[in-house]
Amino acid sequence: MAVIEKIPAAKLIHKIPGGGFFLTTTESLFKWGKASSLWPMTFGLACCAFEMIAAGASRFDIDRFGAGVFRASPRQCDVMIVAGTICVKMNDCIRRLYAQMPEPKYVIAMGNCAISGGIFYYDTYSVTKGMESLGIAVDVFIPGCPPRPENLLVGLMKLQEKIRNEKDAAG
Amino acid sequence: MRPDEVFAVIRAKFSEAKEETGTNGIIIPKESLLEVSRYLKNLPLAFDNLHCITAIDRKEKMELVYTLYSIREHHGVTLKTYLTLEDLNVASLSKVWKSANWLEREVYDLFGVVFLNHPDLRRILNPYDWKGFPLRKDYSHPELIAKPRL
Amino acid sequence: MDTTQTKDIYTEEFLINMGPQHPSTHGVLCLELKLDGEFVKECTPHIGYLHRSMEKIAENRTYTQFIPYTDRLDYVASMNNNLGYVMAVEKMLNLEVSQRAQYIRVIVAELNRIASHLIAVGTFAQDLGAFATPLFYCFREREKILDIFDQICGNRLTYNYMRIGGVQFDFPKGIDEKIKDFVKYMRPKVDDYDQLLTYNTIFLSRSKHIGVLPKELAISYSVTGPNLRASGVKWDLRKDEPYLVYDKFEFDIPVGKNGDSWDRYKIRIEEIRQSLRIVEQAIGALPEGDPTVKVGRIHKPSSSGIYFRTENPRGELGFYIVGDGSVCPYRLKIRSPSFSNLAVIPELVKGLKIADLVCVLGSFDILMGEIDR
Repeated sequence: MAVIEKIPAAKLIHKIPGGGFFLTTTESLFKWGKASSLWPMTFGLACCAFEMIAAGASRFDIDRFGAGVFRASPRQCDVMIVAGTICVKMNDCIRRLYAQMPEPKYVIAMGNCAISGGIFYYDTYSVTKGMESLGIAVDVFIPGCPPRPENLLVGLMKLQEKIRNEKDAAG
Repeated sequence: MRPDEVFAVIRAKFSEAKEETGTNGIIIPKESLLEVSRYLKNLPLAFDNLHCITAIDRKEKMELVYTLYSIREHHGVTLKTYLTLEDLNVASLSKVWKSANWLEREVYDLFGVVFLNHPDLRRILNPYDWKGFPLRKDYSHPELIAKPRL
Repeated sequence: MDTTQTKDIYTEEFLINMGPQHPSTHGVLCLELKLDGEFVKECTPHIGYLHRSMEKIAENRTYTQFIPYTDRLDYVASMNNNLGYVMAVEKMLNLEVSQRAQYIRVIVAELNRIASHLIAVGTFAQDLGAFATPLFYCFREREKILDIFDQICGNRLTYNYMRIGGVQFDFPKGIDEKIKDFVKYMRPKVDDYDQLLTYNTIFLSRSKHIGVLPKELAISYSVTGPNLRASGVKWDLRKDEPYLVYDKFEFDIPVGKNGDSWDRYKIRIEEIRQSLRIVEQAIGALPEGDPTVKVGRIHKPSSSGIYFRTENPRGELGFYIVGDGSVCPYRLKIRSPSFSNLAVIPELVKGLKIADLVCVLGSFDILMGEIDR
């Protein structure tokens, strides 16, 4: 059910000629607003964190995509960019932080370690083999070790495209 | 001082110290570890810096290696001691050098060597309720997937 | 408020977790703080949130296959980590390295030291409240160094450039001009940082006399690197136990007076200047030859244990390697500088406010990748 359909006047607006068009345009407006101002959470765990900071710095400038406001508190974020290796001791923290983020929320797994464990897949006892094995659904995977800041920007653009093409604006 | 001079000074005070062939390591029995450390810290040797503590699982015994340096006198020494697998206890050096505190906690976490009179002997790198000592040669864990050999 | 009234107010200490997800802890570090209002009574660090069991991995990889893992230890100074590891293995094998390879190693190691100190300075200023401006300036300079590294070895962060016996590729044509241009470009920028940040009133009042580390405590805790030098101990492995060709260059070792956070910051700025001096001398005297490796990639050394340490931007990185004649090491222990540096912090922050604790933590410049390995 789209967010716009939940307002009490939605059924009435549909009856007015041109009302459906007005609702769809407003929906695309909401989706455009959501995609253009994704606020990431500062969740850099390991090496990929520095490429994320470099993406936020002046050369690559993630702010021109609207995602320049890195918030530390999960309550104020839209997207969690997991950058770095996930270790066993950190599992509970990630689950708790993900649960604390308000809807609509998205997850970007940045780097080989967050996707599948990376070079720490074999012969380790303390590394979680990727975000999916934690039970958290990931929206965009950005491979690389570490991925260049340009790759992170492409991943962000893919996420924005995904949001704009969503079936409903509720996420 | 050169390594052989350092060994000569230690040997003069502690006759049970032996020199390891091939390297500059000095092997001492675990009972005299605390006394030797206190002697090494004071003048004339002045080893003021405990740089690194390592343990090596030699299957029948456990080898403990202490790397010491002196900023004042510009020399270094490596102390080695052997423990049997049934009796993995050794005196803690955290009263002599403060850096031993965390280094010994790490050896306890990864190998299971118990340091007596340590102020806070808990795991440091693995979660506090972890079972087993990972860096021993006979360690196995369901998450530990061995790399396939081609 | 009248002071006679405050005696009736009931106060209590409380326990709070700072981290592991926190903007000021420089990685995944959890500090358990016992607070009396804003003042820290006790601080217990909990580490291990990035424990990737590298020492267990080392027992199942050949000596050459382990080099990319050393990159990920102190991921901001990858060249220095590579250097420490390959020099330890070369000591085990008694391998000679060509002169050109040694000069190239010094140049990239010092450039990486500058990049690492820029991050330290930028994030320290950010922690103190100069929100993003110093960070952006430092990252702008750092991008120039990363461009040079990109052309040399193809990567921006984890280089995997050193090999046992030499380096992976020779310098491409024209890179020495770029490095000379960079040195000329960087010198006035460091003076900029001095003007804008070092003697700024707010910066001074936030960091002077905060977190004073006395000399004896630093040596007893085996603190190394700029943190030790800020406490007044003139000890640098590049001068006191020279390795590679460092004894051929002229450079000074800056030493601090008080051991407070401002001294630790100032030492890093001075070290950037000294590293620029070394790079200039090295690139001017680069010998001809072939720095790539002529020996094979499989080594089977046998040794009951050698220890080798190098001067990393954060302190002394040591490798203790035991070889048993097979292609993989029997035991590889990594002595990381930030591990010992972090151990002293609980003693320094007793009685400080939380904001000052953030200042001390930032000035120590720790990195969780090498603490947890």
